[in-house]
Amino acid sequence: MTTPHARNTKVMNRFELTSRLVAKLKHEEAVIGGIGNTNFDLWAAGHRPQNFYMLGSMGLAFPIALGVALAQPKRRVFALEGDGSLLMQLGSLSTIATLAPQNLTMVVMDNGIYQITGGQPTPAAAATDIVAIAMASGLANSSWAADEDDFDRLIEQSMSASHPTLIGVRIDDKPGTGTTRRDPVQIRERFMHGLGVRQPL
Amino acid sequence: MAAAEDKASPQQSASRESAPQATWHGIVLQTLKRNEVRLVPYVPDRVLTTLIKSLHADPYFTTFPTAREEEAVGIVAGAWMAGMRGAVLMQTSGFATLANVLASLAVPYQIPLIMFVSERGTLGEFNYGQALVCRTMRPVLDSLAMEHHTITRLDELEFIADRSIKQAVTTQAPVALILSPLLTGGKVFDK
Repeated sequence: MTTPHARNTKVMNRFELTSRLVAKLKHEEAVIGGIGNTNFDLWAAGHRPQNFYMLGSMGLAFPIALGVALAQPKRRVFALEGDGSLLMQLGSLSTIATLAPQNLTMVVMDNGIYQITGGQPTPAAAATDIVAIAMASGLANSSWAADEDDFDRLIEQSMSASHPTLIGVRIDDKPGTGTTRRDPVQIRERFMHGLGVRQPL
Repeated sequence: MAAAEDKASPQQSASRESAPQATWHGIVLQTLKRNEVRLVPYVPDRVLTTLIKSLHADPYFTTFPTAREEEAVGIVAGAWMAGMRGAVLMQTSGFATLANVLASLAVPYQIPLIMFVSERGTLGEFNYGQALVCRTMRPVLDSLAMEHHTITRLDELEFIADRSIKQAVTTQAPVALILSPLLTGGKVFDK
């Protein structure tokens, strides 16, 4: 993959990073997993009632997470999204920058390809810096994670940030580790239980 | 444009239910509030201008523009799952961008998505593209067996909107409320 400029960022693995994130969650934080491999790896990292898995509507992980963050400002909300998905909804970065919920942390898993459809390069792969787009959209607290330790540090920093945080991570071309059970009603209902909105019957 | 925004429906003077000064946008705002629908993202439409202004002026509401209608649908879906009710405002052409998110998020996850759609493309449309895109709206709604109502009369607006919001919430099913030019005055060429 050619890039517009040299990056000092290590190529990491989605499941490894997702597992690191999930291991840090001690306060029933919400996690929204974007379509495809992103939520497959969230599922594989260990199901939690506060996880929401998307089975369609590519590009909406950040908007869904924004809605959760606005409704429950005291809860930390993480959103995991692929680079191809985010390209479908770049405008959402402006919306989030304007509303500026401090309890929202966004992670962009950037491998430059549509891995799940056969590894085709995205239109951005050779030319575009997604973190630069986020910064130009008004999300000043946006950065690339240099390596796994840096990712850990950025995640921890975001938990007490006064502005929304976006973390770009370069990842390899591996598929997701597991497969989310595709039961949308149960996913949604368990998520609502996990967020304290409802009690089980 | 003020004329279209503030236009009372032709039935207003005959209605005994509506207060003399009742406007369609005032009724929509009060109905949202009564049903605790606080979060109102929108992609604007000329006809919706006064409603949007009123929502911004009322601190009860969290209202803001989004870049695309499906983004707004994602936001209210997330908010509802986290305990906050929302509704999305859009124009007919914006609804036409929503088939994917309706079929893959709102309907299968059983989310009570409440949509107000300002109807362009009929009753005096001057843009052929708007007239064509309008014809796609009800077939999409019908193909997903989604509840939808076209509101033409001021004296029916509160009943339809209030009951539809309550039905959406209790049955966990989306609803589209289409605001006809008969209700709003619509947008015409000389404005």
